[in-house]
Amino acid sequence: MHLEVRNLTKHFPVKGGFFTRTKGTVKAVDGVSFSIRRGSFFGIVGESGCGKTTTGRLILRVMDPTQGDIWFFPKNEERINLTRLTRKKMTPLRPKIQMIFQDPYSSLDPRMTVQRIVGEPLRAIGTASGSEYLDRVSAAMRRVRLRPEMMNRYPHAFSGGQRQRIGIARALVTGPELVVADEPVSALDVSVQAQVLNLLQDLQERFGLTFLFIAHDLGVIRHICDTVAVMYVGKLVEVGERTHLFQTPAHPYSEALLSAIPRPDPKIKAKPGLLRGSVADASNPPSGCLFHPRCRYRKQQCENQTPMLREVTPGHSVACHFDLDLEGIGTRC
Amino acid sequence: MDRSKTLMRVENLRMSFALRQGTVTAVDEVSFRIPRGRIVGLVGESGCGKSVTGRSLLRIEGPACIESGKILFSPSGNGDIQMHLLAPDSEAIRSIRWKQISMVFQEPMASLGPMHTIGDQIQEAVRLHLKTDKKEAERLALEALASVGMPRAEQAFKQYPHQMSGGMRQRAMIAMALSCSPALLIADEPTTALDASTESQILELLKERRKSLDMSILYITHNMAVIAQIAEEVLVMYLGRIVESASVRGLFAEPKHPYTRALMNSIPRIDRNPAGRLEAIEGDVPDPYSRPSGCAFHPRCPQCISGVCDRMIPEMTRQGRESRVACHLYPESLKIREG
Repeated sequence: MHLEVRNLTKHFPVKGGFFTRTKGTVKAVDGVSFSIRRGSFFGIVGESGCGKTTTGRLILRVMDPTQGDIWFFPKNEERINLTRLTRKKMTPLRPKIQMIFQDPYSSLDPRMTVQRIVGEPLRAIGTASGSEYLDRVSAAMRRVRLRPEMMNRYPHAFSGGQRQRIGIARALVTGPELVVADEPVSALDVSVQAQVLNLLQDLQERFGLTFLFIAHDLGVIRHICDTVAVMYVGKLVEVGERTHLFQTPAHPYSEALLSAIPRPDPKIKAKPGLLRGSVADASNPPSGCLFHPRCRYRKQQCENQTPMLREVTPGHSVACHFDLDLEGIGTRC
Repeated sequence: MDRSKTLMRVENLRMSFALRQGTVTAVDEVSFRIPRGRIVGLVGESGCGKSVTGRSLLRIEGPACIESGKILFSPSGNGDIQMHLLAPDSEAIRSIRWKQISMVFQEPMASLGPMHTIGDQIQEAVRLHLKTDKKEAERLALEALASVGMPRAEQAFKQYPHQMSGGMRQRAMIAMALSCSPALLIADEPTTALDASTESQILELLKERRKSLDMSILYITHNMAVIAQIAEEVLVMYLGRIVESASVRGLFAEPKHPYTRALMNSIPRIDRNPAGRLEAIEGDVPDPYSRPSGCAFHPRCPQCISGVCDRMIPEMTRQGRESRVACHLYPESLKIREG
């Protein structure tokens, strides 16, 4: 066990009307619970507004949750509840939990050299200095297959793929245990995406890293993640081992999403018909099951009762009132 | 080749950007045809020149310049309009835009203004190009919105772009682009910024509208999966050149050019578990200022023939009824003469 999230919730107030009083709330993340095993790739997938990015930010303690616990199990140490820590108490833990951002163009300060960018997390905790600092920056660069001699150049001298590797080097320089990667390849060309995905897998193998991998691309998720969690409008609707989830999804939203994704095969046409309408409005969500207005299996119960996440088979959980026989992708085992 | 079946013909198009550091060739001797009523996909990664090529068909390629080559548009089947010779702001070109050739972009706000309602904007386009009266324009505009599956079209008619979701704005842009029933629609990554569910719906919409309007589409994207879903014929571009063209089934069944093959092999599959690492293409797309000699792909090509690929630019050769490739591995059986 490396990270355990219990009932994580983040509500944003919606202000409006006279005197900017709070009109309502956007439940960006609403009662989300999951566990990440050490050394695994845990994927969170979902469409825009599902709360996956906010979940990542909450785990990094960039923002405070409205409710819930985040239990972190550092190596050889007692587990610790990150939500109970003050900013100050969080500081010594930061080297252990790092982040890779989506956009390699805006996430690197164009006025800083690569050395300053990659070394920033080290300077922030003030541990390394002098030659040790430069050694660690060089080592991080080498690990992502960038030549350390390039460290005095500026980001604009590098391609998109190289910039993303600079961002990864920055995430690795403190020797973290857990890396939160928020859409790390979606801004890259396909050929470069493959390089970066391979690199992440190599790093995971070499250093035993644990990854929380947030993405909207199901192909990327299937390729790299062992366990996959599907989010919809702030809630977890399904969690399971990769093959299981893709071949035998348990939630109608997962089924519809899988059938709607275009595949790189002209003989297999996507079926967008299963995914009717558009993503629910988080500021004005449907009653009961959030997906029910779009669900072709819905019954009366779905409108009135919110389904809780329950286990259907060991390691596979779903938030749906029924046990449905749904269509997945790939050969059924 | 039956000329009357061809709506648009591009011959040896060469386009460049004049930058402070020098001239950059963005499109390098590109030739292709768009048949009537067909969906042609133009696929390639960043910097391959696909967007500039698409924009040149409407003469909105600025700041790039057309250095040489021809763009021949034949909407009625009787003779060609020499688009490359017309001034971009000429009356001739302006009468073609929207009415005969239309375009949709990745960012709907490239077509939609923020200050007017969707209904007003579509109506204005219709009145301007079809010269109808106000009532007829309003009817056509409403019809256009309904035809793109806009939920509650009458309401959307009175809304401003900022009041709509990304998917709705995209539909509004498509409605506007199709409102005058053009013969050719150029779509430049219109679904890239959308969710998967919306993306598939938009692709289905474009296919359906193409049928009812008997329209051709040039669909430009970097996404091979989208190409597989929507295109009937495919052109693959790399660093300003077309490296392969084929029917969509032919391309996916038997990709010939090493770049096309490498591109397909590097896509993570949604329908099966990975068998190890992805086959990534070595290196990066070259800097347009320092184009490799000979075949632009040779430094990254696993099958590069030293002394050949680094010296000579491969010519396009025909490999079957619908398949063409520009690669030294495929010697000519029949050299293509563009015309």
